[in-house]
Amino acid sequence: MARNTGGNPKDLAFEKASALFAFAVLALTVLLFAVLLRESLPALRKFGASFVVDGAWDPVLEKFGALPFIYGTLVSSFLALLIAVPLSVGTAIFINEFAPPWLKTPVSLLAELLAAIPSVIYGLSGIFILVPILRDTFMKPLTKHLGWVPLFKGPVYGPSMLAAGVLLSIMIIPFILSVSREVLATVPQRQKEAVLSLGGTRWEMIRIVIGQHCLAGIFGATVLGLGRALGETMAVTMVIGNRPEISDSLFQQGYSMAAVIANEFAEADGLHLSSLILIGLLLMLVTLVVNLAAKWMLSRMVARASRGI
Amino acid sequence: MKTFHGVLAGILATVAVVSFASAADPLSINGAGATFPYPLYSKWFYEYSNSNPGVRFNYQSIGSGGGIRQITAGTVDFGASDAPMKEEEMARLPGPIFHIPAAMGAVTVVYNLEGQGSGLRLTPDVLAAIFLGKITRWNDPKIAGLNKSLAMPNADIVVAHRSDGSGTTDIFTNYLTAVNTEWRAKVGHGKAVNWPVGIGGKGNEGVAGVVKQTPGAVGYVELAYAKQNRMSVASLRNREGNFVAPTLEATSAAAAGAAKSMPADYRVSIVDAPGRDSYPIAGLTWLLVYKNQRDEAKGRALVRFLKWAIHDGQKMEAALDYAPLPKPVVEKLDKTLREINYKGKTLY
Repeated sequence: MARNTGGNPKDLAFEKASALFAFAVLALTVLLFAVLLRESLPALRKFGASFVVDGAWDPVLEKFGALPFIYGTLVSSFLALLIAVPLSVGTAIFINEFAPPWLKTPVSLLAELLAAIPSVIYGLSGIFILVPILRDTFMKPLTKHLGWVPLFKGPVYGPSMLAAGVLLSIMIIPFILSVSREVLATVPQRQKEAVLSLGGTRWEMIRIVIGQHCLAGIFGATVLGLGRALGETMAVTMVIGNRPEISDSLFQQGYSMAAVIANEFAEADGLHLSSLILIGLLLMLVTLVVNLAAKWMLSRMVARASRGI
Repeated sequence: MKTFHGVLAGILATVAVVSFASAADPLSINGAGATFPYPLYSKWFYEYSNSNPGVRFNYQSIGSGGGIRQITAGTVDFGASDAPMKEEEMARLPGPIFHIPAAMGAVTVVYNLEGQGSGLRLTPDVLAAIFLGKITRWNDPKIAGLNKSLAMPNADIVVAHRSDGSGTTDIFTNYLTAVNTEWRAKVGHGKAVNWPVGIGGKGNEGVAGVVKQTPGAVGYVELAYAKQNRMSVASLRNREGNFVAPTLEATSAAAAGAAKSMPADYRVSIVDAPGRDSYPIAGLTWLLVYKNQRDEAKGRALVRFLKWAIHDGQKMEAALDYAPLPKPVVEKLDKTLREINYKGKTLY
């Protein structure tokens, strides 16, 4: 790689300097991992693997288990994807393919502006606007008429797994949207015209183009959104209800890994503190596993897509 | 090379000026800890520094646990906590420490019942049963029986509690533990507990948010917070059988009741205090100061400030919704402050 420096001292210095920066990033990650591991050792020794499968969280009796938090983090994040992906991809297609020019800029600008709002603002508007609306217009009627479906079981309070998922979905839309737009824009105009010239409708054109060309890219965008959803802290803790319980119903309260750390860290000590740090370590691992799995799926999709064309 | 020397000389000159200037700078005293008394402390620091320009305070409201960790490590000159230090925490300290009570606060039970203001009456057992999830509806005969003049709605009770570790939770659960055996056996007390029911809100504002937004909700917040946000507060039956509304006077009455049995180290919970007018869910907040100071000038400034705080500072408490310390406690504190020393020499 760096074999073309030709002995120029400036080039050499630049090469070494940039290598140092790259190494610093690596060292930082390793250090972060090491510190988390060291600080969580007391909890690891005490609870071992049972920490991951245990559902109790009792600071008074010093019994700690992470399962409800892992569950809450995963469920709220995937719920967010379920809502955000169709919305973002649909918006991206509309902006790129159908929207009249005067509408294009304001829609994309406003959607991207969503990314600039601080998460605590999302949380507050969640408490005061989103939760009451969800509760009165969506959750209450659904519980009344479809309460026998475990997913919609009452009682309805407002703060819930559903509220967290919906709020998260709004927060990750700008990320998925802007990457999806980039991906759609990479489709060669000639290919689109080819489909249309063969007598395809616009819908068929989009279906073929996305199916052939953009699936991997949109999946990548989804992973980006998922990464953001998994780690989101402030907004989630304000609407999820903060109850370490695993419930079938989306209307019941839950808890997420990032939320419990943010909530209890300041006043925790001893085993409690160590358990919170262990949750932090697990959150890092969960994020890592999800991302690696996504990368692997992505590479397979890319391989399949390139075979298909 | 010439320019290099010029630059070097410039830097040295700047350093000399800066270090000379810092010698004339005010003495800065660092503290960290509880968030609950933070509005009071910042008022104190501001007023005290105005009349004593030689001293400046730097206080980080990082939470009681953080305050205890920092004073234990010796990274701050004083700590602050809403809960007294535990025995095992005291054992880790490098030397003896004093708990100096600074102020008192009350925790109020707030609720959201349509068309009803303050004044809902609750007994300790009913309150515990609500937070244990055993009374789940507002028109339960146990609640309706206490509030015959009010029409209790046929609605679910939604319990709201703090999700973050906090001194407020510590005082509230301390109270329930003191008055209810079932609560003591099932939940216990602490800055964070395993709540049998309810929704967790982050901070006073989080609990208040849930209560305000949810019809039929009940929760607990600090008195100052409930007052400033005009929330409906419940009257609680105290030890003598009177229903008492949470006010500053009722909190002071609780402190006066508890003052009679104040232990020498001031590490006491004043929940369920005796006295006809005592509001039962009250608590002290403490400043943590080492008995043996390591720095004479800083120690002297700190003791002078503490002396000011327990006398003149108390006059500022009511305006900020904290209850001032009762007189007998202040007199006792004067003796304690005299014991703070630098190499055996009192700093009072």
